[in-house]
Amino acid sequence: MSAAWEAVIAVGAGTAVLKAVGPVGVAGRRLPARVNDLLTRVAPAILAALVVSEAFASGRSLVLDARVAGLGAGVIAVLLRAPLWVVVVAGAAATALVRLLS
Amino acid sequence: MRRGVRLAAPLVPAAAALGASFGVLARTAHFDAPAAVLMSATTFGGSAQVAAVSVLGAGGGAAAAVVAALLLNARYAPIGISVAHGFRGSVARRLAESQLVVDESWALAGGGTPVFDRLILLGVGVTLWVAWVGGTAVGALLGQAIGDPSAFGLDGAFTALFVALLAAQLRDRGRVAAAVAGAGIAALLTPFVPPGVPIVAATAAVLIGWRRA
Repeated sequence: MSAAWEAVIAVGAGTAVLKAVGPVGVAGRRLPARVNDLLTRVAPAILAALVVSEAFASGRSLVLDARVAGLGAGVIAVLLRAPLWVVVVAGAAATALVRLLS
Repeated sequence: MRRGVRLAAPLVPAAAALGASFGVLARTAHFDAPAAVLMSATTFGGSAQVAAVSVLGAGGGAAAAVVAALLLNARYAPIGISVAHGFRGSVARRLAESQLVVDESWALAGGGTPVFDRLILLGVGVTLWVAWVGGTAVGALLGQAIGDPSAFGLDGAFTALFVALLAAQLRDRGRVAAAVAGAGIAALLTPFVPPGVPIVAATAAVLIGWRRA
């Protein structure tokens, strides 16, 4: 089986379990506040790592290329409170433009 | 449920467009079209899917891709628990309905508040699911015809997407600290470990300041 299919099946099954934990498993109970606090920080930590990796990583090196323009455009669009699709289009357009010109 | 569909309508174009982008991205990471569509249909979580595909596309292994994606979706455990009281019926029914929990359906249905409405969650969830899976199919099929998607800045689009998703998360000092540390860990580790591993390792950032909490 290819790595892609392995990922599709494992991520799909794992996510199904994560989504079902509450509605199927624990009706009415709540997680301890400390555990909940820890879990709320997982997404920001990983999303920040993904920003770094998507914008600067190329294999095992960190590089500056057209993707930085996409990062900058995305940050500006977010600061201007643009809707999500505008943020994404701005990131794509800035990256494509810099790539075209360089 | 019809109210949920109406509430979700403004989000449909974005969900379909992002789904199409995911489909194109997946093709560049050697996913065939059925794999991309099946992933959207089962995982139904944009950030985790894009994370898994990015890791594989960058040359990372399947294990790193799966762990990174599941860590991103780990939030669905507490999110699901916060609305668990609203679900009824048999185990099979609750299992099926729970799969429609995504950030948007949870938020629009009043998740985490006393007025949580399960039917709104289901209406929003079904609507976005159709848009997301349909968009993925279009993207995965068009992906072949487009040629090199980097000419359209597809990689920059996903960088911007992660920025937007991250910004929505930065609601208190603990989460800001976790984000800063996560970015630092990823940058420091990138030269030394295979692609994908820095993203998984960034999870260690959640431990900063935890003892004090």
